[in-house]
Amino acid sequence: MRIKTTVNNKVYEREVEPRLQLADLLRHDLGLTGTHVGCEHGVCGACTVLFDGLPVRSCLMLAVQAGGHEIHTVESLAAAPDKLHPLQEAFRASHALQCGFCTPGILMTMKAFLEENPAPTEEEVREALSGNLCRCTGYQNIVDAVMLASKK
Amino acid sequence: MTTRSFGERIRRNEDPRLLTGRALFIDDIELPGLLHATFVRSPHAHARIRGIDTAAARAVPGVIAVYTAADLGDYWKPGPLLVPPPPIAGIVFNQRCQVPLAKDKVRHAGEPVALVIAQSRYVAEDAAAEVAVDYEALPAVVDLEAALKPGASLVHEDVGSNVSAHCRQTRGDYARAAKGAHLVIKRRFLYDRGTSSPIETRGVVAQWDAKSDRLTVWDTTQAPVGIRDGLAAMLGLSERQVRVVAPYIGGGFGPKIMMFYPEETLVPWAAMRLERPVKWIEDRAEHFLATTHERGQIHDAEMALARDGKILGIRDVFLHDGGAYDPYGLTVPINSQCTLLNVYDVAHYDSTFTAVFTTLPIVTPYRGAGRQHGIFVMERLLDLAARELGLDPVEIRRRNLIPPDAFPYNYGIIYQDFEPLEYDSGNYEPILDKALELVGYQHFLREEQPKLRAQGRRVGIGVVCYVEGTGIGPYEGAKVQVQSSGKVSVVTGIGTQGQGHYTAFAQIVADQVGVKVSDVEVITGDTDQFYWGAGTFASRGAVVAGNAVNEAAKVVRRKILRTAAEHFECAEQDLLVEDGAVHVVGVRQKSIRLGELAGKANPMRGAVEPGTEPGLEATSYFGPKMGATASGVHAMIVEVDRETMMLEVKKYVVVHDCGTVINPMILEGQIHGGVAQGIGNAFYEKLVFDADGQLLNASLADYLLPTALDVPRMTLAHTVTPSPLNPLGIKGAGEAGAIPVGPLFAQALENALGLPAKKIEILEIPLSPSRLWEIACATPTTGR
Repeated sequence: MRIKTTVNNKVYEREVEPRLQLADLLRHDLGLTGTHVGCEHGVCGACTVLFDGLPVRSCLMLAVQAGGHEIHTVESLAAAPDKLHPLQEAFRASHALQCGFCTPGILMTMKAFLEENPAPTEEEVREALSGNLCRCTGYQNIVDAVMLASKK
Repeated sequence: MTTRSFGERIRRNEDPRLLTGRALFIDDIELPGLLHATFVRSPHAHARIRGIDTAAARAVPGVIAVYTAADLGDYWKPGPLLVPPPPIAGIVFNQRCQVPLAKDKVRHAGEPVALVIAQSRYVAEDAAAEVAVDYEALPAVVDLEAALKPGASLVHEDVGSNVSAHCRQTRGDYARAAKGAHLVIKRRFLYDRGTSSPIETRGVVAQWDAKSDRLTVWDTTQAPVGIRDGLAAMLGLSERQVRVVAPYIGGGFGPKIMMFYPEETLVPWAAMRLERPVKWIEDRAEHFLATTHERGQIHDAEMALARDGKILGIRDVFLHDGGAYDPYGLTVPINSQCTLLNVYDVAHYDSTFTAVFTTLPIVTPYRGAGRQHGIFVMERLLDLAARELGLDPVEIRRRNLIPPDAFPYNYGIIYQDFEPLEYDSGNYEPILDKALELVGYQHFLREEQPKLRAQGRRVGIGVVCYVEGTGIGPYEGAKVQVQSSGKVSVVTGIGTQGQGHYTAFAQIVADQVGVKVSDVEVITGDTDQFYWGAGTFASRGAVVAGNAVNEAAKVVRRKILRTAAEHFECAEQDLLVEDGAVHVVGVRQKSIRLGELAGKANPMRGAVEPGTEPGLEATSYFGPKMGATASGVHAMIVEVDRETMMLEVKKYVVVHDCGTVINPMILEGQIHGGVAQGIGNAFYEKLVFDADGQLLNASLADYLLPTALDVPRMTLAHTVTPSPLNPLGIKGAGEAGAIPVGPLFAQALENALGLPAKKIEILEIPLSPSRLWEIACATPTTGR
């Protein structure tokens, strides 16, 4: 099937199999490997991208569903490699990542969350974060990073 | 010198790359002509293979090859034994290592039976479903005690029993000590299986370049050098023909050091045979069965005590679930056996274990690597003894601590590194006191708890101690080099999985050669960059590789001074190395950038004199005599919901001593993550196998990793007792957070639910809300 989708403000037209996962389209067809795949059943949240501004799990969507929609991945956050987004800066300052594999999905989830709730409480951050699994950090520094970013 | 960076909370060098999605993880590798592999795996835990029909799979369009054990010819061999049994008298070890593809029978669900290679992963999986395997099911071997009974189904018939290993270690004379005891506490303790479940699963990509006769393998391994050496041997190549790269790795936690997984053996082989690059990425469902597990043990333990609570001796007999094969030797049960002794002065010890083959996935070290079980048994025995003796649980611990003047303290038994179990240094009581202060122990017991209990709330407190044997040998190496850009490169052979090596090693070098931490580029995990090494395991990266980095950096500093002294025709003591340059003290104009100096050390004219080397570069190795022993105390206040048995951890305290600290921020992160995994292990995560050896919860929707709502905020504090075993005084810290959480939960939950008054005891881990409900509502435990 032929689809036309906008990813990180760039329009792509591709011929895809109907069963192709959105995550595979992004990673392997478009080369946007910043989005990671951790479980392929919608639990870990590592593959989270923004779909028309809302966080979705790209392992639970098909590429064809992206036709006519706008996707944003972690690659869209920083203006340049040395110009991090305030959320990314906060993650670095708070040591909110270790292996960094779950991080792109968490950043995209938290970006949407902070847009919806710019001044959250710690409990609200934990609730919003609870759909993303991290096996390295114990979450505390991620919570701190999101709180820090919200104050910027 | 510039401002010291060692010991500071320096932000990580690797973060920008990871935060912007530019770090190379295994599945990010794309190569021209790349093929994709998938494995046909056994649905049975134990079955004979009567036949395999691959015709239909081969006929699927896009399939390149389908291989079974029969296709492997001489390449089919059981994997190597990673760790031989330690030199302990009377030890029994039956080596049965995993095979690349099951030939005659399968020994655990998920064991690979066939390899399918196709144009895409999608097609490969389609074709895998077409491989028809004719199985004759055999009785599964799941229950450890039943496995050892006569007539039990045998995992490896040729062994003649299901005994993988048997080992007894003793200190003193327990039987005699127990005779004079005031009290003997005897219980059975259970610890069940879990999985490390890093968010990135495993993967292997291999590329054979026939024109240059070179094999390149990208592998999510914690030990790239070992993989290179092993692959070269298996494939009949020289080690110089094989390059193994461990790229950025999405968490390891132990199981990624297991080698050789069947996929690691087969993907490079297939790439050579097909002369096409091949990629295999484990999916999460595979990960539950194909990546190694840990933690199944049954302990029958007893502790003899004097009236004052002093431990006279301990006897422990335990069964260890080793799974279907034993390539990692005895590391896990030996760790359990040794770590049980914890921070305590125990004169008489008699410990015997039997490692048992089961038809379950293979067991290899997972963060803690057997230490959890030992600590659980010891800490629980002390809790029960304290209850009998009318002592406070903290007081009984305090009375048994190894005193600070008793180090080095040698237990006289053999540890996993084949050296005597000798604690290098420690000062335990201040750690305990600090933890009590931070958790507010007395205040909670005297004021808060009675008040809250009066309101019907079930709140409890727990305090447990632990040790962690860290930083074992054999050795690691590092090469430090000043680049012509003025930046400094550091190369080591270990792999990295998020521990902050790119920063911690940079901090060590930055101080020695006077550059900014951000100007030190650390390269790890590429065998073409550094030839020698063992790997990242046993909380040893910072200890062993860190000290190698320090030694190399010291030599480079000497070379910098010597070269600059020649350049300026002055004495070395008149020079100052800072801000990326060498300055002549007191002469402002006289300075040279390190990059320029590196050029002078590698001149186009003139000669490198005998005994000197070109460049500002040095390679050093470091191998500690034995492991350094870190220790600590965890304390927690918890509230239990009486209806749902869900928990709210109200306070969690870790006081930890891992010697000299390179970067407190990274250290705290390690502790946080360890505790989170410990909490998962204690209360959420349990691999549930049925009697047929089928895993009933092989998804992240059913096997519950703790979320941000389950892991509490932690309060951390450190004491510093440097290790005398390495120049930097470092002890490892990677596993500390995870080790004592089981007994901490048991103690605190008993306290919260008032179980001691009901004579109910928590003698097992993992728990869960439903299991806690069963235990709390059960009839009282009858101690034996």
